Amino acid sequence: MEMPKPDAAIIQRRSEIVNALAAIVPGNGVIAGSDALRVFESDGLTAYRQVPLVAVLPSTTEQVSQVLRYCHEIGAKVVPRGAGTSLSGGALPLADGVLLVLSRLNRILDVDWDNRCVVAQPGVTNLGITAAVAHRGFYYAPDPSSQIACTVGGNIAENSGGVHCLKYGLTTNNVLGIEMVLIDGSVVRLGGRHLDSEGYDLLGLMTGSEGLLGVVTEVTLRILPRPATARALLIGFSSNEAGGDCVGAIIAAGIIPGGMEMMDRLAIAAAEDFIQAGYPLDVESLLIVELDGCAAEVDHLAAMVEGIARAKGAVSVRASASEEERLRFWAGRKAAFPAVGRISPDYYCMDGTIPRGQLPYVLSRMAAMSRACGLRVANVFHAGDGNLHPLILYDANEPGALTAAEAFGADILKLCVDVGGVLTGEHGVGVEKRDLMTYQFAALDLVQQQRVKCAFDPQGLLNPGKMFPELHRCAELGQFHVRAGQIRFPDIPRF
Amino acid sequence: MIFRPTDEAQVVEVVTWACGDGVPLEVVGAGSKRALGRPVSCDHVLDLAALTGVTLYEPAELVLSARAGTPVVEIEAQLEQHQQLLAFEPGDWGPLLGAPAGAQTIGGVIACNLAGPRRVAAGAARDHFLGVRAVNGRGEAFKSGGRVVKNVTGYELCKPLAGSYGTLAAMTSVTVKVLPAPQQTLTLAWFGLADVAALRRLTTALNSPVEISGAAHLPASIAVRSSVAPVAAAGGAVTLVRLEGFAPSVAHRADTLSALFGGAQRWDRALSRTLWAEIRDVGVFCGDSTPTVWRLSVPPAAGATVVGAVVARLGADVPAYYDWGGGLIWLAVPGTLADAGAAAVRAALTECGGHATLIRAPEPIRATVDVFQPQAPALAALAGRVKDSFDPRHILNPGRMVPGW
Repeated sequence: MEMPKPDAAIIQRRSEIVNALAAIVPGNGVIAGSDALRVFESDGLTAYRQVPLVAVLPSTTEQVSQVLRYCHEIGAKVVPRGAGTSLSGGALPLADGVLLVLSRLNRILDVDWDNRCVVAQPGVTNLGITAAVAHRGFYYAPDPSSQIACTVGGNIAENSGGVHCLKYGLTTNNVLGIEMVLIDGSVVRLGGRHLDSEGYDLLGLMTGSEGLLGVVTEVTLRILPRPATARALLIGFSSNEAGGDCVGAIIAAGIIPGGMEMMDRLAIAAAEDFIQAGYPLDVESLLIVELDGCAAEVDHLAAMVEGIARAKGAVSVRASASEEERLRFWAGRKAAFPAVGRISPDYYCMDGTIPRGQLPYVLSRMAAMSRACGLRVANVFHAGDGNLHPLILYDANEPGALTAAEAFGADILKLCVDVGGVLTGEHGVGVEKRDLMTYQFAALDLVQQQRVKCAFDPQGLLNPGKMFPELHRCAELGQFHVRAGQIRFPDIPRF
Repeated sequence: MIFRPTDEAQVVEVVTWACGDGVPLEVVGAGSKRALGRPVSCDHVLDLAALTGVTLYEPAELVLSARAGTPVVEIEAQLEQHQQLLAFEPGDWGPLLGAPAGAQTIGGVIACNLAGPRRVAAGAARDHFLGVRAVNGRGEAFKSGGRVVKNVTGYELCKPLAGSYGTLAAMTSVTVKVLPAPQQTLTLAWFGLADVAALRRLTTALNSPVEISGAAHLPASIAVRSSVAPVAAAGGAVTLVRLEGFAPSVAHRADTLSALFGGAQRWDRALSRTLWAEIRDVGVFCGDSTPTVWRLSVPPAAGATVVGAVVARLGADVPAYYDWGGGLIWLAVPGTLADAGAAAVRAALTECGGHATLIRAPEPIRATVDVFQPQAPALAALAGRVKDSFDPRHILNPGRMVPGW
């Protein structure tokens, strides 16, 4: 993966930049030692590593603003970083870039019960929001698997999902407002504690923009009352097709479960071996269906889902009998990635989304591709919304294995696009899927996206090298190639 | 001249010409909300109403694609056959704005980012808007998003297009998430509560685990205008909570709320349908007696305070009602005010935040008063650059949202 060519002039000015940043963020707010900087050399996508020019850890919006204004003035690139859990290299540093680490902005500023929202700084963890409101029966709905570590600022950058987003939405459906700093240092507030923001929905645009448009310094998140009760059903099938059919039938019956996850045989075995969640080991495909709501609703829906599952040929159905058991069912699924990590020296996690009905076809194609390239693949799948997480098993110590895994991964993502899906459901494009963007998007689609980038960051200083395969200068994108002249369209109905 | 293209290529042709010659275009669908926003004076109209038809509907995938000019009633009829719906419950503001009912298109609904009472549970149009094909102000056709819910591939351009009132791009085709229709609907009604007490009750209900899909309060001056018999007959304020879902669940939740707040009247599915449609479509202000209508989006718990502040400045003759548990206020002001009450309405928001839109007012008023909430300078400048990134020559609906662009 080729990153933008480092700017030698900036690298040469390093000590001057370090001093300037230290003046903005006094105390120990700047990290410049090479050993200390190594901590930041990669995010959750560890295949890519780069030590940043310098890291700066501001504690206030004002400091963030001054850092960005300074970088803007001298033309230095900036890479924002939260907890560094990105699985797509979204926080991969640049050799000539200032790494802007938001982890010290880690306070909850207000819990507004009557308006059902929490105002927090971006470095608060996802689970930290729920922890702050759980004692009064509330929670924050998006729950990515990294929720213990990942920050809400990063969640906004990536529009994070989780296992409950079929019913409760992604980050974009659960954020009410933000404060952000643009590259020129100006501070902008979007939305607030009301339900819809005014003017253009720039909040929606910012969510999932992967740190390329602005730096979030405060968030207002919607919190929900926790459902009165929840029950999980473990449903085993003797084929992936049967499992996929069952998912479709549940939805067709008008049921939107709180969560609906699917795992294949390899993933089931790895998770069970690791966590002892109580998963059946004699099935090809396992569904976890979580139903939540009032007790009457959960009883009613559990009976319906069990009936549907039996009709679709389920070989085992088991409902959680207690809250402990429900959490254990989920623990297996949430630990699926590290569990797979135990059965293979390395694994490469993919993240495409497909129309649900394409699941059996995509799984069978993936199995054929796996046989062809000789790499095993385990599948966990947000079945409700079609988000696939194939885990490709490989050994990085074998020459060429990483390249082979990446090629297999790219083929899987192309397959997702071919069947009407997309390259990434929740992990982001980052550097990882950057060069595949042209497979999903036509040239003009990407040009329009890059023009929007220019509206926020005309010099392209924020997180360059991510998301877009080719960097265009904004002046070039802004040019006109107009065809002035008379009305030519003879076929268009007009009145 | 009115251009009525029948496919995307023709839209490209018209906009390319308009951009080249610097000729502004008024972009319209059915035109049912044409009287909303600042007046646009263009010699030419880009009419998208001929781009019709549902092109993909897969009930099991919960997804539907349609050309932008497809009437919403046609989409809803297809959904109904599969017991599904547009969960964001778009209202029909045609009659409020002096246009016929039932005309609006799916593109228009998204361009105005409509949301009905179910907003509190299900979000707005923007939350269900998965994918788009559109033509920007340069005459370039582009797409964004897709047909799946979980999608973070590239910037979400659907979001800014929703609620852009046709000022960024002419949408030619849209893909939306659809959801199962609730099996059962029940409304609980309480009577005679003052605004503050009523919103308190709605807040308590919304803060409980009893999932609520509608939370409205109609003060006495509004209830009396209602065309829904039991509301008009109440002789005072009516506070309403809607419960939807599977029958055993709705019954259980209704009992829970009744135990919490004391006896409520229970109104069945048919009555609920009429009642919430009237709330959604602002039916009580559709007559001619209240020409100037504002829509305020505020922090829900601040609703009664905001209305109190407006009344304090404008006098008692300001009928208002609340939806979204207090977060949405519909308010009518006397037609005699030179600024349509803008100063008073917006002053009421300074402390709590939120925004006010002048939904209905005579054209000369809409030409001079800020129809949409004015923005802070840095945000306004950013929004202007976003506009330019789609439509640098200000060809599409110029001046609809902001004077100058």
